[in-house]
Amino acid sequence: MIQDEDFKVSRRGVLLGGVATTAIASTLSPTSSAQTSLPQVEPVSLRFTVNGQSRELMLDTRVTLLDALREHLDLTGTKKGCDHGQCGACTVIVNGQRINSCLSLAVMHEGDEVTTIEGLGTPENMHPMQAAFVKHDGYQCGYCTPGQICSAVSVLEEIKAGIPSHVTEDITAEVGMTNDEMRERMSGNICRCGAYSNILDAMSEVAGEIA
Amino acid sequence: MRPFTYERATSPADAVSKAAGRRNVKFIAGGTNLLDLMKLEIETPTHLIDISGTGLDQIEPTEDGGLRIGALVSNTALAADPRIRRDYGVLSRALVAGASGQLRNKATTGGNLLQRTRCPYFYDTNMACNKREPNSGCAAIGGFSRQLGVVGTSNACIATHPSDMAVAMRVLDAVVETQMPDGATRSIPIAEFYELPGGAPYIETVLEPAEMITAVTLPKPIGGKHIYRKVRDRASYAFAIVSVAAVLQPDGSGRFACGGLAPQPWRVEAAEQLLPQGASAAAQRLLRDAQPTEGNRYKLKLAERTLAAVLAEARS
Ligand SMILES: Cc1cc2nc3c(=O)[nH]c(=O)nc-3n(C[C@H](O)[C@H](O)[C@H](O)COP(=O)(O)OP(=O)(O)OC[C@H]3O[C@@H](n4cnc5c(N)ncnc54)[C@H](O)[C@@H]3O)c2cc1C
Ligand code: SF4
Repeated sequence: MIQDEDFKVSRRGVLLGGVATTAIASTLSPTSSAQTSLPQVEPVSLRFTVNGQSRELMLDTRVTLLDALREHLDLTGTKKGCDHGQCGACTVIVNGQRINSCLSLAVMHEGDEVTTIEGLGTPENMHPMQAAFVKHDGYQCGYCTPGQICSAVSVLEEIKAGIPSHVTEDITAEVGMTNDEMRERMSGNICRCGAYSNILDAMSEVAGEIA
Repeated sequence: MRPFTYERATSPADAVSKAAGRRNVKFIAGGTNLLDLMKLEIETPTHLIDISGTGLDQIEPTEDGGLRIGALVSNTALAADPRIRRDYGVLSRALVAGASGQLRNKATTGGNLLQRTRCPYFYDTNMACNKREPNSGCAAIGGFSRQLGVVGTSNACIATHPSDMAVAMRVLDAVVETQMPDGATRSIPIAEFYELPGGAPYIETVLEPAEMITAVTLPKPIGGKHIYRKVRDRASYAFAIVSVAAVLQPDGSGRFACGGLAPQPWRVEAAEQLLPQGASAAAQRLLRDAQPTEGNRYKLKLAERTLAAVLAEARS
């Protein structure tokens, strides 16, 4: 690995690194001109499992997990909303836990197992949560929906695992599968259409089945 | 985001030796704060050392009856640990009052302590900010300061520290354990971990370059009723305007610290002595040296009322 800060940036090198989006952003930025000394970055290899399939990529270090999924693996179900961890549209499940894929570097996921909305179920063979969202109209425009569904699936798991939340009355007791618990735990997924109550109906139905 | 090189550390010793003597290097743990700031080019490291594989994800008992929390333990795992829920409830409560489920799954104990302020002017790179750009001025003073600090602030910076977890750690007298490149280790009481802004708000903690947090230890449990109360602009998924972490004993004595008011969790032992006299006396002592702006003067009253609510909850 090149360890010297004093390398000049090579725009061509950066573009060849394969992240057009980040490269353009940094080229346009007034603070990062060719005069600034920036390291020359070699692509880094990443091997991980996405929706049950082993995948291998060579990536610019700056690529987020979200961009790796969307731009490099064409899994565009996962959405980019705010790109700052504030909206939850990019939620995916990594090693059984939901995370914001926009605030995670792809190269930090070596060996991980990632599940996206495409991996939960297919139109022909939907995951129970996907089917419940359809049945209860748990969306309007649909943009936040993949993140909502990945979160909803994980929320039920988190409650079953006994992880406390802000609304858990007694944190030393078992956690109940209640509407309040589900609502609080879904607060990291914003829906600008306001489909919240239908999302809750969908979750309650699935929770009833698994309880 | 600016270009950076990246490597993985396999142990704390490996991490600090990789960082030793280098400029512009950062450790990355959960990445939930660092990457956010790198996207905005507020943080511009040229090299990242990934410490997520350093094996510091255990919570173990200490010899004197406390707990040692590895720096990489996630906020979710910490909040859910049965020992934390039973003996250090204020910590569990503070953790689940912060961020979202997704973020808490990634956020780590060390990263949470070191997360940077949410001052809107710090985030806006078109604005003057002494913390982001030394000696450039402070746009928040005289600006929109409703969310900002009222005590411990300076003429150079009125930002608050945004962590909920750190406020509970302060009330529990946690100790931050670190490792240096030369192999030396330090145990820093959390009361001495953060630096007040003074004229140099870009210096936020006593950590030295290449020094890594390896763990946070909690002394043995102190019993009492554990409460964390957070006041914010919406009921979930928002930073504190004011928060109170408290451990209150049946005889009316206790400890408390506040979030949302200062550049670090704000605890004044002399104010705790006044708890038996009620919230008003204790809050006034806590905020004796406050220098609020017109925009955030309301926080003084709000802190007192939040403390009153906490004391009422403890009695009920
Ligand atoms: C939308 C949003 C809402 C949020 N709301 C809240 C909230 O309500 N309350 C709250 O408390 N927090 C909140 N957070 C902040 C969140 O808690 C922090 O981002 C998180 O705790 C940081 O941990 P991390 O492991 O991801 O840190 P990173 O981003 O990996 O690192 C943060 C900093 O710490 C340094 N670092 C990390 N680990 C170590 C170590 N072991 N030794 C030395 N240096 C280290 C890094 O170099 C970096 O400078 C929110 C965040 C977002 C994005
Ligand atoms: S209050 Fe501090 S962080 Fe905010 S603009 Fe002023 S110097 Fe920057």
